[in-house]
Amino acid sequence: MKGMSLIVKSITNVVIGFIFIYGIYIILHGHLTPGGGFAGGVILAGAFILRIIAFGADAKGEDRSSLTASVFESVGGLLFLGVALAGMAITGIFFLNFLPKGVPLALSSAGIIPICNIAIGIKVSAGLFSIFLAIAAVKSGIED
Amino acid sequence: MIELYLFLVFMIVAAIIATEIKDLLAAVISLGAVGFSVAIMFILVQAPDLAIVQIVVEVLTVVIFVAVILRSTHIDETVGKKIAGTQITAVVLFSVFAFLFLFAMFKAIQELPAFGNATMRIAKEYIRLGLTQVGGANMVANVILDYRALDTLGEATVLFTSVIGVVALMRKSGRKK
Repeated sequence: MKGMSLIVKSITNVVIGFIFIYGIYIILHGHLTPGGGFAGGVILAGAFILRIIAFGADAKGEDRSSLTASVFESVGGLLFLGVALAGMAITGIFFLNFLPKGVPLALSSAGIIPICNIAIGIKVSAGLFSIFLAIAAVKSGIED
Repeated sequence: MIELYLFLVFMIVAAIIATEIKDLLAAVISLGAVGFSVAIMFILVQAPDLAIVQIVVEVLTVVIFVAVILRSTHIDETVGKKIAGTQITAVVLFSVFAFLFLFAMFKAIQELPAFGNATMRIAKEYIRLGLTQVGGANMVANVILDYRALDTLGEATVLFTSVIGVVALMRKSGRKK
């Protein structure tokens, strides 16, 4: 996939960090404010896709990103399942919220929910990004 | 309440435009209008969690659609063709079944509680006990990641399966030329 003009590249350089931080904020505050793992993960995937659309990538780079994305997709899924199985190992109930609940409205509260949000965020961002890469890569494969 | 109906009419018009217009880029843009109307309706009925997801997913879908259309054809060649005999039968059959479905739905809706006055037998308990039992301030997160976490695991599996499907269909290596 080819990159776009200098204007798009400069603006992308400025805003991409803010988009990334906003996505991470939405994931980490998922148990306090509207949002959560899915919404934040989609925002992170949007940042990755913006990067690829603006700057472009050759076939080699797309393959490398695709591999990384699939690894992170699996890591996210396994982390989510691992939290569920940890609840089963410690208390005997699948998906039981076994961590201490903490003070309501504090960032580190609500037991396993922040960990689950992080896992889902990793999984969703990597999954959507690899869907985009698959569509972009098959097109550039035809052009080669 | 009236603004919900306005958005509903706008969405129906935009959806009809999306299916009937010849230019695919315009069709994608009207599809985006439908999606953003759904997001605004979520905000109007006070569901910001869904609105955030809807807006971001809609932006991504429109971007991917536009990227695909810019690299392929612009014209939808199926619009405006002459209607064949079999298509007339299909339209008639569809109208009959759509009428039956709408009639059944109308009967079913009469039995439901009025709009905005759900019975909420379980949800009341979630709202009453959520903060003390789970500890999260966002009640949606409490429900989807504690009370109904197994559902969310299934949802994550659905996403995983769809990613595998897309990557397997679109892969470059290992396909026959």
